Amino acid sequence: MRLKDTFKMSIIGLSTHKSRSFLTILGIVIGIASIMLVMSIGQSAQQLIVGQIQSLGPNNVFVLPGREAGFSAATLFLDSLKQKDYEDLQNKNNVPDAVDVIPFVSGAATISYENEVQTKKVAGTTEKALKGFNLEMQEGDFFSSTDVDFKSQIVVLGGKVKEKLFGESTAVGQKVKIKEKNYKVIGVLKNKGSSAVSMDENIILPYTTAQQYITGTKHFTQFVMVASSQETLQNMIKDTKIVLRNNHNIDNPDKDDFSVRTLEELASTIGTVTTILTILLTSVAAISLVVGGIGIMNIMLVSVTERTREIGLRKAIGATNKNILMQFLTEAVLLTITGGIIGIILGTLLSFIASYAVTAFAGLNFPFAFSYQGAFWGVFVSSAIGFIFGIFPARQASKKSPMEALRYE
Amino acid sequence: MSILIQTKNLSKIYKEIGDDETIALDKTDLEIKEGEFVAIIGPSGSGKSTLMQILGCLDRPTSGEYYFEGKEITKYTDDEIAKIRGEKMGFVFQAFNLLPRLSVLENVKLPLIYSDTSDHKINEISKEMIDLVGLSDRLNFKASNLSGGQKQRVAIARALVRSPKIIFADEPTGNLDSKSGAIILEFLQNLHRQKGNTIIIVTHEMYVAQSAERIIHIKDGKIDKDEKVQNRRLISKDGFIK
Repeated sequence: MRLKDTFKMSIIGLSTHKSRSFLTILGIVIGIASIMLVMSIGQSAQQLIVGQIQSLGPNNVFVLPGREAGFSAATLFLDSLKQKDYEDLQNKNNVPDAVDVIPFVSGAATISYENEVQTKKVAGTTEKALKGFNLEMQEGDFFSSTDVDFKSQIVVLGGKVKEKLFGESTAVGQKVKIKEKNYKVIGVLKNKGSSAVSMDENIILPYTTAQQYITGTKHFTQFVMVASSQETLQNMIKDTKIVLRNNHNIDNPDKDDFSVRTLEELASTIGTVTTILTILLTSVAAISLVVGGIGIMNIMLVSVTERTREIGLRKAIGATNKNILMQFLTEAVLLTITGGIIGIILGTLLSFIASYAVTAFAGLNFPFAFSYQGAFWGVFVSSAIGFIFGIFPARQASKKSPMEALRYE
Repeated sequence: MSILIQTKNLSKIYKEIGDDETIALDKTDLEIKEGEFVAIIGPSGSGKSTLMQILGCLDRPTSGEYYFEGKEITKYTDDEIAKIRGEKMGFVFQAFNLLPRLSVLENVKLPLIYSDTSDHKINEISKEMIDLVGLSDRLNFKASNLSGGQKQRVAIARALVRSPKIIFADEPTGNLDSKSGAIILEFLQNLHRQKGNTIIIVTHEMYVAQSAERIIHIKDGKIDKDEKVQNRRLISKDGFIK
């Protein structure tokens, strides 16, 4: 007996009870669709994160103050990055592979214009931030190195800050008040939307000005070091560490009062979180697959009993036990694969709608991603379920004696 | 004529709930030669159906020996038995046992699907057999839409597609009116005469049994009488009167 005939018989067998077959595979459809949805959205999220991190510049390295420092962990020695560190890191003899060193002094401050008052993040930096973070000007100009040297009392506003303070009217040339001092607005940044390098909600000014009048400190909250290329990245990190340890009198790397973070590390940390979430949600969906599989076994057993006469007849005219086993097993697997394919289509459709909705309503660049991995597992798992839960009913069918089967009314 | 079927001490005992046993077949010795047309007759519960089922390899005896074409087959595996059933035996049942949702052609093809015959050959043989039973104009009818007589003719065509040595007919006219029954018996007689197949027909009605050449009477699981038919009823000549 050939495979083709087995298939034909199974299709006839299944199409006899169309609505029953459909209801039977509903569990599989839902299970596979959820897995598809979870994997697809997980992949979209990953792409979103990777995209944002890429926008930070793949050659960038972050130097943060403090021991055991992470991007969020509570830390000691938060004032460890000093002016001397900044100057030494800029020195080409110390760190030859660094193209740029962009310092940051961050804080929060209340900014006011006429009657409008807002509390916003303040970022003190240098003119290099413009290019280093691909910032674009909406109007006016960014400040220059001279402004940094002379602690000029000027600010560049993030697009959202400008909208809140000035509305539609022109901001450039106006004076805003921060901590009782007046600053001249020299430029406004274009809004970038939600992205890792968004400065939309920030007030940007020379770091020297920020240290003097806003934070009142002499340390930095971050250095962004730009390597000349991916290949020199590790060298630059090594040199950076040497300079800082030297300046801070540290012999033991465990005692570092700073940390150097690459984007890759950042990406992998966030990637781990999305992976764990994906696994968790997938396992929940897997439960529905097991339930669906039991449903299929149940219906197959009913079907075997119902078709006892047919089984007997087939045996009487020469079908072997294996022929009967294959027929029922093929029916079960065909059933679940059909469910799997419907599930994949449904899941893809749902994740497409989800990514469209997130993009449209949350303003995130959330790309739709077809999960090939999900599709592969969908087909594989659904056929495996058909096999696992179909083998018992199929064996029951194949073991029927032809006479008992024919006698059955 | 060589011996096709031979049994020695063939017994079938059904165990029932508790320790009760029903002896359906009691140490039966039997010989059927190739080309014979035999009727097995007996009242219901006599064991005639059990005998046919064992001879047709649909069931296994509890004890005794069964030689088919000279080979003892009671110890054969399920697969070996299935092969013999498929290649050497054809069955016609009282309840027709067609698959209702398949067409006439598909039903007739079924035994060939379990063989190694090519698609082309399957179609050719099946159509030839359907032609033989006079249903060529019903080729693509669903089996469920046929009359009883037509169903039984399809069943005969199905029994013939693998050119079996022997045909077992279990009460083939039992569910039919006398006219349709006559047609079926005539088919079997013509088949026997023209192609020389061995035919075993199980019945509880004498007028059916008399269309055979030899009648084996079964009573209480034993062969009561084994006789040649003196005035054989030839349907083509005598007609068929119930």
